[in-house]
Amino acid sequence: MNWITNYVRPKINSLFSRREVPENLWTKCPECGTMLFHRELRDNLNVCSACDHHMSITPRDRFATLFDGGTFVEVKVPDPVTDPLQFRDQKRYGDRLKTAQRQTGEHEAMLVAEGEIGRTPVVAAAQDFSFMAGSMGMYVGNAIIAAAERAVKLKRPLILFSAAGGARMQEGILSLMQMPRTTVAVDMLKDAGLPYIVVLTHPTTGGVTASYAMLGDVHISEPNALICFAGPRVIEQTIREKLPEGFQRAEYLLDHGMLDRVTHRKQLRQELIQITRMLLGLPQAVAGDLPAPDPEPAPVPLPEPAEATKGDTGKTPAAPAPDEQGKPGAAVQAASTKPPAK
Amino acid sequence: MTNYLEFEKGLAEIEGKAEELRALARSNEGMDVEAEAKGLDTKAATIKKDLYSSLTPWQKCQVARHPERPHCRVYVDQLFEEFTPLAGDRTFADDYAVMGGLARFRGTPVVVLGHEKGHDTRTRIEHNFGMARPEGYRKAIRLMDLADRFGLPLITLVDTPGAYPGKGAEERGQSEAIARSTQKCLSLGVPLASVIIGEGGSGGAVAFATANRIAMLEHSIYSVISPEGCASILWKDAEKMREAAGALRLTAQDLQKLGVIDRIVKEPLGGAHRHAKDAVNAVGDAIEAMLEEMSGMDRKALIADRRQKFIGMGSKGLAA
Ligand SMILES: [Zn+2]
Repeated sequence: MNWITNYVRPKINSLFSRREVPENLWTKCPECGTMLFHRELRDNLNVCSACDHHMSITPRDRFATLFDGGTFVEVKVPDPVTDPLQFRDQKRYGDRLKTAQRQTGEHEAMLVAEGEIGRTPVVAAAQDFSFMAGSMGMYVGNAIIAAAERAVKLKRPLILFSAAGGARMQEGILSLMQMPRTTVAVDMLKDAGLPYIVVLTHPTTGGVTASYAMLGDVHISEPNALICFAGPRVIEQTIREKLPEGFQRAEYLLDHGMLDRVTHRKQLRQELIQITRMLLGLPQAVAGDLPAPDPEPAPVPLPEPAEATKGDTGKTPAAPAPDEQGKPGAAVQAASTKPPAK
Repeated sequence: MTNYLEFEKGLAEIEGKAEELRALARSNEGMDVEAEAKGLDTKAATIKKDLYSSLTPWQKCQVARHPERPHCRVYVDQLFEEFTPLAGDRTFADDYAVMGGLARFRGTPVVVLGHEKGHDTRTRIEHNFGMARPEGYRKAIRLMDLADRFGLPLITLVDTPGAYPGKGAEERGQSEAIARSTQKCLSLGVPLASVIIGEGGSGGAVAFATANRIAMLEHSIYSVISPEGCASILWKDAEKMREAAGALRLTAQDLQKLGVIDRIVKEPLGGAHRHAKDAVNAVGDAIEAMLEEMSGMDRKALIADRRQKFIGMGSKGLAA
């Protein structure tokens, strides 16, 4: 793969360097400078194919590749009072919000969804760094509470992807109050005996790290993500010395006992399926070959497929087609027309 | 000698003049200046009253950080009996930025816990200016647990610029320690009353102040970020701290409107640092009142009360 990068890329680069690079078609890797074609980058989950740098990914794109068949249902988040402090710095907070909404096409900095991963029903929440640096205000707090409540109601694990520059300063003390608020949400899951998995992505900082992002049952991080309470610049100014290489990066935190794992984005989905299924006491997921989608409805209604396969707890649907029955107890990753068993 | 703040310049001049007159009279027998000095006193009192009844948010920040403002140790000495400090996080170290232990509050055994800033250069360095490291939060968690298991009410006194931004603090899990301390607050089956006595600096304050009842001294502040920090990020100019202090709504008065705190403890005229004893006693009365409010609540009710308080917080904005 590398030789292709080295051999082909320079040509493409030189081809485009004479003109303006179309903004939406090519992305320059901030780490190694390689120009990456948007479709290729998307297929690679926003990871640079040349240097493996994990770029930020929007919650929607992440969910599209996380959930089975890219299918998920958004969980509604109650809207808080807009601009509760009537905050104004050089710009009005209300205007900043509108700009962020226009630029991202999103309503706020967190997306909550329910769906299945490897046929395991879960609730997921993801913070959107592109929306005002993912900052945590009343809405993000509401989103996490809504996610926890939904997970408790459906008895599902919650998987949370964190990414934030910290608290939403324009909401002042109310942004700070999201630390205890979101901790109550985490406690709801704890009380219900449900797994809460945190995936810390670049960057996760400030009050976000010092609340829900550090209270997971399992902490996974993407490679090289910056994870900290105080940022490196603040620390350097305070202690007046240079920080070591890799300080506050995922691998450093792993070494210092703050994370369970550092996992490549491409392996993340499989790992999340594995972990949630074990924590829920579900049988091992087997990634079966995808059967050809059947365009016609089955002529004869088959017996309830969930009953046809032994060993499943019933929380996950079993093999959808008779030819998959040779794998008892497997939650088969296959396109099924059956709604998942509740 | 009083340390005057920059906005107290007029007050300093008049009080200085009165002081000078009296000194003059002491060295010149037969000279009667008392009438004139008294006049200056009255004038000073009026200025003080005017100033302190309309402090701007930035001026309140300065009062809240006043070097002579009574700090945690002063409250513990004056309000508690049999104070028995307990030390250490049982993992790494004892953090002197956090003081706490067993004590009797007006007869009742309690656990008291607070940030200690120190009162002179030596003690300020010793206590790291009230900026705790993970050990401090883990020591707090230990003491909270002790209170919980033995059914003792917990009283926390908050006065910190924030958690310490240092290399070791980050390596030892500053974020995790703060998060766990907040979570511990929420889990306690005993009454938890908090008073912001000076600076309530960000996550370092939340870790102690996730309480059933929260009081604030009249001129204390409680904020997600320091005005200077906010100004340098949002205004790209740290000198815009006055504007930032206003925008952040960090005063006790605004926080009560927002429903973040429950009560304001009035300070003596001219701020807590001018009459420390009165300020400390007023805080004592507030603590007693808050504990009284929770006296009939059992473990379950206390936990539910705290959860509901924070889940519902901020839902109405300034109209709360
Ligand atoms: Zn790259």
